[in-house]
Amino acid sequence: MGASTLAPSLLDLVGHTPLVELSRFAPGPVRLYAKLEGQNPTGSIKDRVAKAMIETAEASGELEPGRRLLEPTSGNTGISLALVAKLKGYRLTCVLPENATPERRQLLELYGAEIVESPAEEGSNGAVRLALAMAEADAGWFMPFQYGNAANPRAHYEGTGAEIAEALDRVDVLVAGLGTGGTLMGTGERLRETFPDVLVAAAEPLPGDPVMGLRSLADGYVPPILDVAKLDRKVLVSNEESVAALRELLATEGIFGGVSAGAVVHVARRLARELEDGVVVCVLADAGWKYLSADFWRARDVETSMERTVWW
Amino acid sequence: MTAVRIPPTLRAEVGGERQVEAHGATVREVLEDLARRYPALEQHLFEDGEVAPFVNVYVGGEDVRTLDGLDTQVNGLPMILLPAMAGGR
Repeated sequence: MGASTLAPSLLDLVGHTPLVELSRFAPGPVRLYAKLEGQNPTGSIKDRVAKAMIETAEASGELEPGRRLLEPTSGNTGISLALVAKLKGYRLTCVLPENATPERRQLLELYGAEIVESPAEEGSNGAVRLALAMAEADAGWFMPFQYGNAANPRAHYEGTGAEIAEALDRVDVLVAGLGTGGTLMGTGERLRETFPDVLVAAAEPLPGDPVMGLRSLADGYVPPILDVAKLDRKVLVSNEESVAALRELLATEGIFGGVSAGAVVHVARRLARELEDGVVVCVLADAGWKYLSADFWRARDVETSMERTVWW
Repeated sequence: MTAVRIPPTLRAEVGGERQVEAHGATVREVLEDLARRYPALEQHLFEDGEVAPFVNVYVGGEDVRTLDGLDTQVNGLPMILLPAMAGGR
């Protein structure tokens, strides 16, 4: 570990997160490393994305001082944007599903963001739709739009991926959670440059019936920045499997991860078992603090307690 | 015989069932078997000879787009159909 950092602003502390070996969670010939994105300033990987989207738009002249920012987000991206907006002097409104956990809402409000709610049963798709409609109706909004903004994967190409390539001399498998696709696309592309045979694997949430709603398939959504052809594996993980892995990660390694972190280490260990030797890197997007109010920690039936929400 | 889980969005097309059984060695054969028995499903499942863009098809929990697509062998593993949804916090 180097000397302690002296930073002019919190924004200069985004990224450069540590990698830690998970030798107790996944003993064996294959080494498993976790990149702890919960150690970013607001506690998630989205700090990278928010900073990159705003600074790219400023540099191109698309975002002028005083513009109002608008973003669909069920939490982490909003909190990251709220920090960036505050330090750079923009006002921010977040569109989030009305069933987002109270911690998220509270954090957004504390950071000074305004909140517009979208219907719970429409999930993230509903938040995306509403935000797109608002931006269409009023040109005063500037919408970074993490689902379609090339600065999102680029932040991971230049940051997350470059940091992993610099820290390790071998990477056989990369595992990250699939949300917008930014982490997987950017980190994957960068790692393939240094480790051409790396396998890029997505951990994807298996949604409960209630969040899928009864709307037609035509309302489906594939983020424009996501190119599934660039994924080597795409694995569904149930809420129950995620939470079981989350508890095990805490018990064995002392790492308190968010729900997607549980899914990611679950998939990482499964893929590690397919190898004889090598290095598996997984990206843990956030820590567990923002999920403390959720019922699943105490629920007997984890799946039922979680089925109304998409957790990442 | 393969168990295929149907998402809420497509249940009306299969008489309200949450899960149906279908025959076939590959994903293509299983989906074609379903489309034969539930004709209303066909337009939702296929587009230009591929899996329709807003449908995700999983065999043993893995997206067939990262396996062999419609030619993926099913080997009796359970299949899941899901609508494409926005993730990301």
